[in-house]
Amino acid sequence: MKVLSIALNTFRENLRDKLLYNLLVFALLMIGSSLLLMRLTLGEFHRLLLNVGLGSINIFGVLIAIFVGIGLVNKEIEKKTIYTIVSKPVARSQFLIGKYLGLTLTLFVNTLIMAGGLLLVLFAQGVPIESMLFKALGLIFMEFMVITAVALLCSTFTSATLSAIFTLATYVIGHLTADLKTFGEKMDEGMRVVVTGLYYILPNLERFNLKGNVIHHIEVSGTDLLLIVMYGLTYVAFLLMSASIIFQRRDFR
Amino acid sequence: MLPVTDHVVQIENIRKVFRVGFWGRRVTAVDQLSLDVRRGEVFGFLGPNGAGKTTTLKMLMGLIYPTSGQARIFGHAVGDPAAKAKLGFLPESPYFYDYLTSREFLSFYGHLFGLWGGALNKRVDELLDLVGMTHARDLQLRKFSKGMLQRVGIAQALINDPELVVLDEPMSGLDPIGRKEVRDLIFRLKESGKTVMFSSHILHDAELLCDRVAMIMKGRLVACGQVSELIQQGTTQEVEMVIDRLSPEGLEHLRLLATKVVLNGERVMVVLSNQRQVEESLEVIRTARAKLVSLTPHKASLEDLFIREAKGVQSPVEARI
Repeated sequence: MKVLSIALNTFRENLRDKLLYNLLVFALLMIGSSLLLMRLTLGEFHRLLLNVGLGSINIFGVLIAIFVGIGLVNKEIEKKTIYTIVSKPVARSQFLIGKYLGLTLTLFVNTLIMAGGLLLVLFAQGVPIESMLFKALGLIFMEFMVITAVALLCSTFTSATLSAIFTLATYVIGHLTADLKTFGEKMDEGMRVVVTGLYYILPNLERFNLKGNVIHHIEVSGTDLLLIVMYGLTYVAFLLMSASIIFQRRDFR
Repeated sequence: MLPVTDHVVQIENIRKVFRVGFWGRRVTAVDQLSLDVRRGEVFGFLGPNGAGKTTTLKMLMGLIYPTSGQARIFGHAVGDPAAKAKLGFLPESPYFYDYLTSREFLSFYGHLFGLWGGALNKRVDELLDLVGMTHARDLQLRKFSKGMLQRVGIAQALINDPELVVLDEPMSGLDPIGRKEVRDLIFRLKESGKTVMFSSHILHDAELLCDRVAMIMKGRLVACGQVSELIQQGTTQEVEMVIDRLSPEGLEHLRLLATKVVLNGERVMVVLSNQRQVEESLEVIRTARAKLVSLTPHKASLEDLFIREAKGVQSPVEARI
């Protein structure tokens, strides 16, 4: 229950934050702008609508996850609001998980709104809506969950600016881990261990990307989907556990 | 010796060393501090800015970990949920969730103690009434003045009807009316059987409120006990006498006795530092047939003690590491 009330309070905090609305409005504008871009293309406009739409949802969701996520803990420490929480019978890990769930809830609502915008555009243009689209949206949300956990972990040990940089870097590298593996294979023994190690430690975010499948109508099996979701959840659990361990030892000066 | 259960807070040889700056220079914020707070008393934790008051309170609240030593609250280790359940804490110059209204704010803290529904609403209304904030219950905290924030902060500390209330600088930044209100509130808490521990550098407030005080300087305990005891310890009770029509011989005699003599025309003011001098001076006045205008004992205050102790602790903190 304590975790839940911290989560709901975080959700309320997010709802009353202007940053969120700015990003959301931009995301909806981007999705809408695909209608204009459509006039510039010859045929294949279905692909363009899906590509720009899913891409916008992905980018803006990640931006919300990073920029709201890094402030989750840092802001509480800077504004000293955490003093009153930690002195109540609330474990530090409960506080962290509550904050995480609060932002996840915010992102969930945002994803619903953005997806609603996309569906509206697709429907208006008579694009057939397939179940694959919902699977892709689901995994985009899974990616947000991972990115939020990375932002939260960073913000337990460093400043807001550095957390933003680390999380952004993780996002970029996370989409290039396949290259990292290929790169490692071409290295000598010592470096190969390091680069392969990084490949396994960093999140493989490309696994959550089903945009290509939606556009080219390629099915994904239920088992694969389940494995991807399991991978995401395990990764989130690992990040939250590390964050809790660091946070538990921290002095709030 | 009081039974152990009467000790609400017990601090034993607690020490906190911070590492500061790029090179991790060690600075001792609190050094071998031991004290206890007893049930039902108002305990003042005094010291100049930077003495280690807030650091000590944060260690009691489980916000920072001591380098060595230990502290117990209600017999539980610091940070134990059982201890936290009976505790209320107001941090120094509090900042709160400014996007919440007072009601939402207090309800949120109530949830953390497992309070929900009607019981919680009743408690929130009671507390808003207690701190005189009922009129602002649906106003967002961002629109509050410092005094108003301090009041909802105190309400927040009382949401669980705690047995021990710890307030960090509750009077700082408040106007005289606000300070009086906080003082009244502390009195009321004491009357209802709560133990109150508060830190302050405003000695006048402490003198009015506290049963016992502890004074720390540069992280070390320099005095602890009842206010009246501490004031008397080692301080000389000065007496000021004003005399009219004193003969030159009488004046000469008094000059030998008094620590200070001030002449103002016909009138003489002398300062005496002990009872024997007072009695001899009275004898001089009687023989010289002078007129005693007034005799005023100067009561020593906590401030005198504070200044005396501050002069005694001159060595820099780093020197002890």
